[in-house]
Formats: sequence, C-alpha cells, structure tokens
Amino acid sequence: MRIRNPQSEIRNRLGYKMSQGILLFIEQRDGVLNRTSLEALVAAQGIASQTGEKVAAVVLGKSVSSVAAEIAAKKLEAVYTIEDDKLAEYTPDGYVSASKQAIEQLAPRLVIFSHTYQVRDFAPRLAAQLGKTFVTDCVGFRVDGGDVIFTRQVFQGKLNTDVRVISAPPALASFQAGSYRADKAEAGDSPCPINALSVNLSDTQIRTQPEAKFQEAKQAVDLTQAPLIVAVGRGIKSQENIELVQKLADALGAEIAASRPICDNEWLPMDRQIGSSGQTVAPKLYLAVGISGAIQHVVGMKNSQTIVAINKDPEAPIFDIADYGIVGDLFEIVPALTAEVLKVKSES
Amino acid sequence: MNIVVCLKQVPKKDSILRIGGDQKWIDYRDISYEMSEADAYALEEALRQKEKHGGEVIVISLGPERVRQSIKEALAKGADRAIHLQDPLFDSATDADGIARAIAAALKDEKYDLIFTGLQSDDYGFAQVGLIIAERLGLPSATIVMEVQPEDAAVRVKRELESGWFQWVKMSMPALLTIQSGINQLRYATLKGIMAAKKKEIREVKAADLGLTAEDLKPGQVVDRAYLPEKTKRTEIIEGKPSEAAAKLVEKLRFEARVF
Ligand SMILES: Cc1cc2nc3c(=O)[nH]c(=O)nc-3n(C[C@H](O)[C@H](O)[C@H](O)COP(=O)(O)OP(=O)(O)OC[C@H]3O[C@@H](n4cnc5c(N)ncnc54)[C@H](O)[C@@H]3O)c2cc1C
Ligand SMILES: Nc1ncnc2c1ncn2[C@@H]1O[C@H](COP(=O)(O)O)[C@@H](O)[C@H]1O
Repeated sequence: MRIRNPQSEIRNRLGYKMSQGILLFIEQRDGVLNRTSLEALVAAQGIASQTGEKVAAVVLGKSVSSVAAEIAAKKLEAVYTIEDDKLAEYTPDGYVSASKQAIEQLAPRLVIFSHTYQVRDFAPRLAAQLGKTFVTDCVGFRVDGGDVIFTRQVFQGKLNTDVRVISAPPALASFQAGSYRADKAEAGDSPCPINALSVNLSDTQIRTQPEAKFQEAKQAVDLTQAPLIVAVGRGIKSQENIELVQKLADALGAEIAASRPICDNEWLPMDRQIGSSGQTVAPKLYLAVGISGAIQHVVGMKNSQTIVAINKDPEAPIFDIADYGIVGDLFEIVPALTAEVLKVKSES
Repeated sequence: MNIVVCLKQVPKKDSILRIGGDQKWIDYRDISYEMSEADAYALEEALRQKEKHGGEVIVISLGPERVRQSIKEALAKGADRAIHLQDPLFDSATDADGIARAIAAALKDEKYDLIFTGLQSDDYGFAQVGLIIAERLGLPSATIVMEVQPEDAAVRVKRELESGWFQWVKMSMPALLTIQSGINQLRYATLKGIMAAKKKEIREVKAADLGLTAEDLKPGQVVDRAYLPEKTKRTEIIEGKPSEAAAKLVEKLRFEARVF
C-alpha cells in the first residue's frame, strides 16, 4: 500500500509530531498484555526503521499501568494510556470511541493492530467512522520509496497480494498472528515516557452488554499430550470416510484430530479441532490428510516437530509448512500408508 | 422477525486458481462458483430463526449476473425475496468500503430486525464488510457469532473468542451480526423449494438507484500484484505410486524424523 507522504509537520493538539508516525494499538485483557501485540510491534518497528519514523503505542482499559510499563520497555517514542470506567470491559462502542479520539489527537499516518478477534470486532467500525481505509490480516510489508506496501493473503492463503493504500492518511493495518516473532521486538535503551491521554466517553453510548467469558464443557481428549496426531480435513468428503483415517491413526498409535469444517459438520467432536478456535498442539508427528493449510488451522499445529501433508493439490498452503509431502489422492495413499505402517510394525 | 442476509458468491473452494493477465487478480475463466461458506451458515441461521419466530428472510448480494445462481439457491432453501446489486459501476467497488457502502444504501429503506453477514468472505477475506454496513446504518454489532437468541426487542448472541473461549453479548435490535461457520447444520434445497423459488422476487438495483457514483465507490486500497506465495520451507515431496510413496514415507519417518 502506498501511504502518501503527508504534508509535513502538522502538529496535533498535544504538540507531538505524529503526522509521520506510526501508532500501535496494544491489546490487553484484565491487565495482561496480548502477546500478538508484540508481534505487531515488530512489524511497526520494521516499517519505522525503513521510513525513519517513530512508533508510539496506545493502551486502552480501566487500569493499564502495568501493561503500559511493560510495553514502555520496548523501543518506542511514547506509550499513551487511556483509562476509563467505560473501558473496563471490552465493548466495540467504547473501543471505537476511545481509539478514534486517540487517533484524532495523535494524528499518525499509520495505525497498526494485531488481527485478533477483538480487533476484528471493532477496528472495521473505527475505520468506517474515521472514513479511512483498513488493510486487514497482513502477513508482511515492504517499504518502497517511503510508501508501505502490505502483503495480504486472499483465497484462504492460496494467493498473496501486494496492497497499496491510495487514500489520505491515516491508514489502518492489522497483522496476522504469527507473521512476526514477538521475541524480535526491539527493547529501548531506557523506558519511554508514558502519557495519559484524556478522551471524553461521557457521550459514548455502549450498546452491547457483554457477559462473563467461558469455556465449553471440559475437553474429553487432551490432544496437547499426544505424541502422534493424524488430522483429517474436508478432503475426506464424507463422514463414512473418516474411518479410513481412523485406521491410519490406530495403526500408528496416534490420536485423530481435525480441521474446523469436520467438526462443524459434527463428523468428529469439537474437542478434536486444531487451530485458532480449537486446540494448539506440537506433537512429534502431525500428519495432515486432506487439509489445505488455512492460517487458522496452521496456528494450531505449526510447531509440530515433523509435519507430513497428503493433499491432491500441489499448491495447497499446507505444503509450505510440511517437512514431507505426498501429492495425490488420499483415498489411495491413506490405505497404502496404513498397510505399510502395519507391515513395518509387525516386522519389528 | 425480519432478517437480511448478505450473501457473497465466490469461486468454489477447490478451484484451481490462476493469476490473471494483469497480474492483479485471478483469471475468472473456467471457474465455478458457490456461496461463501460463512454466508451459507448465515442464511441457514436466518431460515431457522424465521421458522421459530416468523417473519421474512431477505437476501442481498452485490455482484455480476452469475450471482443470480447463488441468489436462486438461497430462495430455493427458503429465503422470501432477494435484492441483487448489479451494475458495471459496482465493479470498481473492490474494497470493503465500496461494497459495504452500496449494500448499506440498498438497505436504508428496508425493515429488518437483524442483518447477518459472514464473518469473512472466502475470496477477499477482508472481515470488514459487515461492520462497515453496521456503522453506516447506525446499528450495534457483534462478530464471530455461534448462537443467536432473540429476546423481545433484544438479541443475545454467543461470540466465539480465541482458543475455545466464548462470551454472550446482549444488544437491542435492529443489530448486525457476523456469523461464524459451524453455527448450525446446513440444509439442502428441496425440489419443492426450487419450484417455489421461481415465483420469488429478485429486485435488481443499479448504482444510480442508490445515488452512487464511481467516485463514491472508489477504493481506498488497491491490489498492486497478485501472486502465488513463495515457499519458505523446503518440503520433501515423496513421489511414486501410492504403495511406493507410502513405503518411502514410513522409512523417512522411522529413520530420518525418528517419530516411531
Ligand atoms: C475466525 C476463524 C477461526 C477459524 N478457526 C479454525 C480452527 O480453529 N481450525 C481450523 O481448522 N479452521 C479454522 N477456521 C477455518 C479455516 O479458515 C479453513 O476454512 C479451514 O481450516 C479449512 O479446512 P480444510 O483444510 O479441512 O478444508 P479445505 O480448505 O476445503 O481443504 C480441503 C483440502 O483437501 C484437499 N483434497 C480434496 N480432496 C482430496 C483428495 N481426494 N485427496 C487429497 N486431498 C484432497 C484439497 O486439495 C484441499 O487442500 C477458522 C476460520 C476463521 C475465519
Ligand atoms: N459482494 C457482496 N455481496 C453481498 N454480501 C457481501 C459481499 N461482499 C461481502 N459481503 C458480506 O460481508 C461478509 C464479509 O466479507 P469480507 O469483508 O469481504 O470478508 C461476507 O461474508 C458477506 O456476508
């Protein structure tokens, strides 16, 4: 995306020169920093180092001093805090109103988020209220003569696009979890200043009432402890065929797991789902059968020691993270593999 | 209870995607289409709510002539009527803003209690169109919804959060909800439904009907280039007939990866 160079040196209300700057949105819940904010920080610092800009961060909530102090240790120009009773619980209305006022006061040219469920829930509204464009779910960036070009996946990761902003700043952009490593966030030489921003939420109507967060009934299987996992995806086509994969899992002595559509269809129970809305696993072997490798699945298994993919599509994104792959029809390969495993096991 | 469902038609999941001549998007030749997955669930949820509470289900879709196929499928499944936003001018609405602006304008005079969209489309995947519609129509919203419970003039919805967490959120209606796949089990259209659909209204709406010009629909972001992702990891592809490939893989798993 190309962010046009702003007409230099517009000073905002606070007198900070943020017209060239990057504002990073920090997500916290109950005073605990969301780690993906640090990943987004790496992206922000990377852009800033190439454009010669500064990065400031903003944290919203009711009492955010410890999160602010934690983030102030990073290489940042400043951390801004917004504390208000109306922000005690996350609501889209409260967050849109507070962050809109922050953006108006600080006048950055780029606002960066991590593409979390919370950001999905309010940032598009924020962009619409500001009348600004929002480049969502980016996996990379490149700076081209002062312009930032964002990389975003389309068609569930099957294609990449280079996206350029052609509207007036500020622009908003969010980065996909896992695109950058949180431990690469640069620390500052000394803690940066923490400033309270005052925003007025008295007129802000909070139209949604959130209840307490909860987890569904306890998981019957704990896949995180399984050393070997065979996971099945939509390529299996019907519930009857699951047995084919179950047999392979049994032969290996592995647990069976699944991508989301399999659990959505109730072909396997929810507690076998791997991914951002399921379990996160890192077994010795993760064998993915008929799974395309969408990011929401991959985040739940990419740290597995050895990944094997069986898929008929040589371009399937799963092959990008697999150590071994077989391109072909799972209905031929899986039975052959089961037979081979049984053979080898009976011999040894 | 009247529910509007925003329905997007997208290339079928297992389409072989080729980059188009301009290197900016895909080549649409030889592609077949279907409803975006989450939208199919949104439609199903609307039909179930209608079966419980009465009212009307209205589908709205922006896209070229081919989109009628998906609209007809929705009508055959039980939607009551449809709005089809079709205009060469809408082709320039290539970002979430332009699409949402047109849909919101077309819904301005509709009477609805709820608007459902998918949480994100399977092609562009902006995860934005729903919320921008909500903002433009001044509606409260909730995203990634896994259960919908209307209660008088309010609606209580179960939102999915990360890693198996959920949260109920309540708001007054009208409201906009973005629906997550798996909220229900999809139905198939019946022959009777397909016949009944032939008599249902599909209203065509042009940009001019909404007072929208090319300038209004101009995107704020554009795709410079579309391309196949570069492989970052070297996958060892195991070749051969199924039985040969299986034998080679098992050997590698035993002696290279030492997983069993
Ligand atoms: C907010 C959000 C949260 C999500 N959470 C999760 C989550 O926790 N877990 C999850 O898995 N997904 C999740 N998803 C969904 C995710 O985006 C994908 O839609 C999903 O992972 C796709 O599952 P799949 O790979 O099984 O199906 P598809 O993408 O349809 O892939 C099927 C694959 O099977 C292959 N295939 C077909 N037939 C054969 C054959 N005969 N032989 C060999 N291969 C074959 C195809 O080439 C294709 O690659 C989430 C999405 C969103 C938006
Ligand atoms: N062209 C369209 N016509 C109708 N609905 C759409 C269209 N584009 C997006 N939507 C709706 O908005 C949702 C989110 O899309 P997106 O913001 O592209 O991820 C989709 O699931 C649809 O419900």
